[in-house]
Amino acid sequence: MRVALFVTCVNDTLFPGTGRAVVSLLRRLGCEVDFPLAQTCCGQMHLNTGYREEAVRLARRFAGVFAGYDAVVAPSGSCAAMVREQYPRLIGRDFPAVHDLSEFLIDVLEVEDVGAYFPHRVTYHPTCHSLRGLHLGDRPTRLLRKVRGLELVPLPGAEECCGFGGTFAVKNPAVSAAMCADKVRNVLGTGAEVLCAADNSCLMHIGGTLRRQRTGVRVMHLAEILEATE
Amino acid sequence: MSATFLGMPGNLSKNTDFPKNAAKAVQNSQLRFNLRKATHTIRGKRAAVVSELPDWQDLRAAGRAIKDHTLRHLDRYLLQLEEAVTARGGHVHWARDAAEANRIVTDLVKATGEREVVKVKSMATQEIGLNEHLAAHGITAYETDLAELIVQLGHDFPSHILVPAIHRNRAEIREIFLREMPGAPEGLTDEPRALAEAARLHLRERFLKAKVAVSGANFMIAETGTMVVLESEGNGRMCLSLPETLISVVGIEKLLPAWHDLEVFLQLLPRSSTGERMNPYTSMWTGSVEGQDFHLVLLDNGRTRVLADEVGRQALRCIRCSACLNVCPVYERAGGHAYGSVYPGPIGAILTPQLRGMGSELDASLPYASSLCGACYEVCPVAIDIPQVLVDLRAKAPHGLAERAGMRAAWWLFAREGRLAAAQRLAARLRRLIPRRLPGPLGAWTDTRDVPDIPRQSFRDWWKESGS
Amino acid sequence: MNARQEILARIRRAVAGAPEVEIPRGYRTHVTLEDPVGRFAERVGDYRAVVHVVPAAEVPGRLAELVAGRRMAAPEGLPWLEAVRGAAAELILDGPGLSVAELDRVDGVVTGCAVAVAETGTIVLDERQGRRALTLVPDYHLCVVQAAQIVASVPEALARLTPTSPLTWVSGPSATSDIELDRVEGVHGPRTLEVVISA
Ligand code: SF4
Repeated sequence: MRVALFVTCVNDTLFPGTGRAVVSLLRRLGCEVDFPLAQTCCGQMHLNTGYREEAVRLARRFAGVFAGYDAVVAPSGSCAAMVREQYPRLIGRDFPAVHDLSEFLIDVLEVEDVGAYFPHRVTYHPTCHSLRGLHLGDRPTRLLRKVRGLELVPLPGAEECCGFGGTFAVKNPAVSAAMCADKVRNVLGTGAEVLCAADNSCLMHIGGTLRRQRTGVRVMHLAEILEATE
Repeated sequence: MSATFLGMPGNLSKNTDFPKNAAKAVQNSQLRFNLRKATHTIRGKRAAVVSELPDWQDLRAAGRAIKDHTLRHLDRYLLQLEEAVTARGGHVHWARDAAEANRIVTDLVKATGEREVVKVKSMATQEIGLNEHLAAHGITAYETDLAELIVQLGHDFPSHILVPAIHRNRAEIREIFLREMPGAPEGLTDEPRALAEAARLHLRERFLKAKVAVSGANFMIAETGTMVVLESEGNGRMCLSLPETLISVVGIEKLLPAWHDLEVFLQLLPRSSTGERMNPYTSMWTGSVEGQDFHLVLLDNGRTRVLADEVGRQALRCIRCSACLNVCPVYERAGGHAYGSVYPGPIGAILTPQLRGMGSELDASLPYASSLCGACYEVCPVAIDIPQVLVDLRAKAPHGLAERAGMRAAWWLFAREGRLAAAQRLAARLRRLIPRRLPGPLGAWTDTRDVPDIPRQSFRDWWKESGS
Repeated sequence: MNARQEILARIRRAVAGAPEVEIPRGYRTHVTLEDPVGRFAERVGDYRAVVHVVPAAEVPGRLAELVAGRRMAAPEGLPWLEAVRGAAAELILDGPGLSVAELDRVDGVVTGCAVAVAETGTIVLDERQGRRALTLVPDYHLCVVQAAQIVASVPEALARLTPTSPLTWVSGPSATSDIELDRVEGVHGPRTLEVVISA
């Protein structure tokens, strides 16, 4: 199967390791991965900040770049939700189907055990757009449970927002920080070594606080854990 | 069009905005504790009673569609309602805005010769600032709902749709009662039972001798002319059935076409709001009953303007259950007062800017008072897509110069992949120079968080080099 | 233009061209319960009301026990009125002459109901249960529910009611959750609700 990777602008620029992990994971599972170089950003930041015109132009660009692919995979619940939920309102229905990584693995490739090995105590934050936008449900944790050596510990208050919200963190820093503080407290309470999520924006937000507080808890994208082997 | 008044906070000054109000509230640990405890309690109750109904999503879909259908034909249904109410001896008045509604109610009270009215908790009368208007005409309005009483006695503002005194805990309420309630029992404890008992005694005489009552309504049935009020304490029943004159001020969007439509909403509302299978008391009456003089004041006050907006009009489906407040992580930390309107929380963030416009800094900041986490949409019993309306309002809100320049620059980078790649390489070269704490508007973010390291190589450069 | 004309005109302008909406009614309008009486008793009890389930023939006797020595009010036309009259310290019947002040002096009120809802533990009173003040001012409400009056769900209850009669839906005693969202029974309405189910 030939799939296009939509790496997302944030991952492209700040978290290339996540993109590399997706490529290596999908290749291991027998996919032919393509990265259309003309891709940039899905337009979410512009739409959510109130710049609809710019968002529409970026959405059109996206639809053009990815036209003709069987499947597009994005390692970001938030960007996948943007395309699936918002594009119909912005540019109509003429754009390819976009899957979040865990949807692609479970629904399209129909694998749960991706052959990963990661001997650590991990807790999983579902992130709002993965949970309530894409309705990923237990897909990510089903994948994590099949990772050898991995101990998955439940995160209290998991479904609560971490307070990132893109522009929100900048425009409402006090509330955003208060939300993040509660999330961090819950993460620390689990005793996990690694906080995992399917969205690097949220992980950047929570991870930034974890690091500032010198907690020693690492954040890792789901793709990077699933890619890890012995 | 006349200015829309939303009965709020003279004390919240004009030159503030949501982020500033919220930043202050976040510092108040007592408030945060009270709100957290209350909202988490009610969340759990709601989830439990909603999960009892296997057809919850069907009820929700029906609720949404019934409201949309009614709004589509609001003119026809209002006329039908008017005819039905009038046919059964009630009087119907129409008010374009707050001033007109206040004038109508004040004239009706004056005509009775009374100087006092008892009130059932109603968002519409708070919205129009009725109590203040009556006071200016020498008429005292007594709030009879326990939480409204706490707010009124505490010279305070409501901070929640359903539980206006949610920001107060039992100890604070006890103090307010001891200080402000005439005849409060000396040994009053802070037991909720004792506090409720004190309110009962305080209001009992007033109920029994009241001649005029003012209420709102949760639903009006066009087909039959029936008014419906849901409540818990019995103060509603006292006000609705004992006085000789009853004046109900109701927003025009509170209409339902037919009697049997209640079968949907009497299931959706109690479970969503107090998290009960049914609230203790629901009163229904049609026109003038048991010899009572009944007046219905139909209120526009900006609603028709909201109705004209294709995306925003869904806010008029709202049945004021407050489920969206109770699950909102922003409301939980900012509290209701930060929203500067009688409508706080997620519904307030979409309703206030539509009703009042975005002329003030506060109102222009409300569409951004959300992380777009979607929890509100998920629980809303009439499926108002609050995040969608927020995003739509953001597109209409005024934007600052610096932000516009920044967003324009970002767009320019994203418009050609070459530009993005060049910017990424530049950032990689300067990566050592980027501080852990950022200057300017981004500084607030790095007050509590570290910025991530900039990678040596972007993904696209890796791909070109060794990926493909 | 007067206010009425202007509001109607604004509405018509606002919705011009808006699409028609289909109403999906996939929800349950009829629910089958194995034991409606049991479910109703359980759900009323959840509100901390006192519940008795008694065979029809024993209802007058049970009522007599419950009202013994109390000053009671009642609407006219109840089948067990004589039993109540015999046991109560006093029985006042509802009527135009009965003032609120007099009602405030009785200990309790006994009524029947129009319909009851098992799923929600709700009793609906209509005008046959007297004026609304009758079941509101006294502190104790004793309500007799016949098994045949119990329906499973809210839609079934609405279908049995007459909208033009003033209706009061009662689900447990008066209560408030206004203080820290803790439920407390007993504010302005009757603080005690006692239900006798005639099975
Ligand atoms: S917007 Fe929805 S959830 Fe919020 S108060 Fe209104 S009806 Fe309830």
